[in-house]
Amino acid sequence: MQQIIFAIVTFAAFGFAAKQFLKIRRNILLGKDKDISDNAGERWKNVLLIAFGQKKMFKRWIPAVLHLFIYVAFLFTQIELIEILVDGFFGTHRFFAEPLGALYTVAISSIELLSVGAFFATLIFLIRRNLLAIPRFQMDEMTGFPKFDGNMILVLEIILLIGVFSMNGADKVLQSMGAEHYHMTGNFAVSSWLGPALFGGMSESALIGVERFGWWLHIMTVFAFLNYLPISKHLHIMLAFPNTYFAKLQPKGEMENMPEIMNEVKSMMGLIETDPDAPMDDLPEFGSNDVMSLDWKNVLGAYTCTECGRCTSVCPANITGKKLSPRKVMMDVRDRATEIGKKLDSGDMQWVKEELKAEATTLTKENFDDGKSLFDYISNEELHACTTCNACVEACPVLINPLGIILKMRRYEILTLSAGPGDWVPMFTSIENSGSVWQLPDARDKWAEEATSKN
Amino acid sequence: MSKEYKIPTMAEMAAAEKTPEVLFWVGCAGSFDSRAQKVSVAFTKILNEAGVEFAILGKEESCTGDPARRAGNEFVFQMVALQNIETLNLYKVNKIVATCPHCFNVLKNEYPALGGNYEVMHHTQFLQSLINEGRIKLKDGGAFDGKKITYHDSCYLGRANGVYEVPRSVLQNLDNELVEMQRTKTNGLCCGAGGAQMFKENEPGKKRINTERTEEALETGAEIIAVNCPFCLTMMSDGVKAKEKQESVMVYDLAELILGKM
Ligand code: HEM
Ligand code: SF4
Ligand code: SF4
Repeated sequence: MQQIIFAIVTFAAFGFAAKQFLKIRRNILLGKDKDISDNAGERWKNVLLIAFGQKKMFKRWIPAVLHLFIYVAFLFTQIELIEILVDGFFGTHRFFAEPLGALYTVAISSIELLSVGAFFATLIFLIRRNLLAIPRFQMDEMTGFPKFDGNMILVLEIILLIGVFSMNGADKVLQSMGAEHYHMTGNFAVSSWLGPALFGGMSESALIGVERFGWWLHIMTVFAFLNYLPISKHLHIMLAFPNTYFAKLQPKGEMENMPEIMNEVKSMMGLIETDPDAPMDDLPEFGSNDVMSLDWKNVLGAYTCTECGRCTSVCPANITGKKLSPRKVMMDVRDRATEIGKKLDSGDMQWVKEELKAEATTLTKENFDDGKSLFDYISNEELHACTTCNACVEACPVLINPLGIILKMRRYEILTLSAGPGDWVPMFTSIENSGSVWQLPDARDKWAEEATSKN
Repeated sequence: MSKEYKIPTMAEMAAAEKTPEVLFWVGCAGSFDSRAQKVSVAFTKILNEAGVEFAILGKEESCTGDPARRAGNEFVFQMVALQNIETLNLYKVNKIVATCPHCFNVLKNEYPALGGNYEVMHHTQFLQSLINEGRIKLKDGGAFDGKKITYHDSCYLGRANGVYEVPRSVLQNLDNELVEMQRTKTNGLCCGAGGAQMFKENEPGKKRINTERTEEALETGAEIIAVNCPFCLTMMSDGVKAKEKQESVMVYDLAELILGKM
């Protein structure tokens, strides 16, 4: 009976999660194609150092160490989790105990010790989030769901640990009573004393109840986590790995070239031959105003963001009270991608571009237009405040690049909308006309002539 | 100063059928901003003194296009950039040194995609190599000796290109105590000029970025703020003036500090 319920719940949990993960994948791929298949070696190195090795986390020691406990505990717990799945499907009990022998005791003991660490780390994270006034958790974008989300995953983590210790603790007591099925597993580092301390003296049936409760609580919390991930910043536990793999490898200062504009200027200057019959875009759009004109890599970053705010806490614009917050830029891109995804799922033909409504039969990302754009989320004022200093890029522990998105939106504003700060217009005109950022009557080498004439 | 002080142009060099060792890229600030001009003068004096055969493009140099590109105006960027690349390729330039980290970054990282491939150095790197090769001789006793210096990382030399140690080791050659600000190297705070901010009013906020950074520099108790960028030079000087500290605290480019020891 338990096996059948378990199988149903497991398939439902995985099935439902898979559906949501496919939607996330679809949302990420709303972004434009971009080939990132170069330098596999260097990319794997980033995954190992930055994601597995948590290298950038250690720019701030306290959260890094706390996080390390949770992270390593999570990695090791996979052993226990696989065992639960095996036991659940086949009705076994602690399937790995016999084949692994003493190693099993060591493995579970390690998980237990790490879990104790994770338990305290989680408590401290909760305190940091809610009781200490740490500025990066208290900004405008961290109200509402993001605030709830931050606490939710920590609470789920604690529930998970309660499950683990009830399960192991009761098991240890049952073992010592010689209860049927509860074979000896050797001493576990924590539950060998925690179990008797909490559950000693309870009847065998009550203990079995506690043990089963812990077992189910553990696996159900895992399933809950799995299905909560897609709407949470906790998605980073998966996406941190691909995001570090696909991270930019060029120097941070290098901006992406725009070959379409380069070639147009080259042909204007007579540097290349242009095919006069080449089809012309009647309304060329440059830069990005929405998820569809960003790269998929930009959107992957948005879904990877842990909302830790390290970027914002070092942003010179934000520090000096400007509206810009690179974390908010990432959260906005994610929210917008999710919004578009939901509308696409609805299939509602009202979201088809006006001029294509007559011929369109289904709603697709190509003919989608809901009259909104990323500019409804991110204001010009935010974009204009950026000094392109790369502090946010340097700070991000999972190698997200908020600056890349800001620059693409600036390109859209200037090139496609012909808008932007009025102050910039004289600078543009001057560069174009006189080859200098300032419109000045002097020759460019006057300084040199004056300096050498004093000889 | 012993040798004759000359700043030849590429055109003059070409006419004399000579190829200079390196092209000095002056940049807009180095050419037109009165404070940054002094850095151009200091750097060319060092080059003369070290016996480096160099030249400038003079009237043939244009803005690299950095502020236009970062503001979002790719058309204007491509126009000047392609024009510069034509000029540079015409003179068969191999090696460029720039006193502006924005020019340095664009020339080094962004011109290759447009067809301009050069070996590009920032002047702090060039100064380091001159010192290493013994081409610059530093004397005992100099105008700035004994003064406490703090070094401000520019974003485009620092984070953008990962150059943190070279300028510091150049400063080690001076007889000065070097003190670090709280936010340095990878954590260094921007002066507020980059990304074309130099050319527009600030967005509404509580404070100017250069004020925030200058306060941090002043907290170190340094009498000299050393910079490697003409825009940081303006921003930090303005910041010092706003704090009415211009009598006691000076802002200098690394080239000026080295020249003071020659
Ligand atoms: C794979 C297992 C992982 C688990 C179970 C996990 C768990 C967590 C938890 C519970 C938090 C919330 C902490 C808080 O409330 O502030 C968190 C935050 C975070 N995680 Fe992870 N994580 C994992 C992987 C990773 C990886 C691979 C990285 C990449 C370096 C990473 C980077 C972060 C960052 C930057 C934060 C924000 C923490 C801060 O405020 O500094 N995580 N993670
Ligand atoms: S690059 Fe822009 S958004 Fe990022 S930290 Fe610097 S000013 Fe802030
Ligand atoms: S972009 Fe990076 S640094 Fe900024 S909040 Fe997201 S994960 Fe943290």
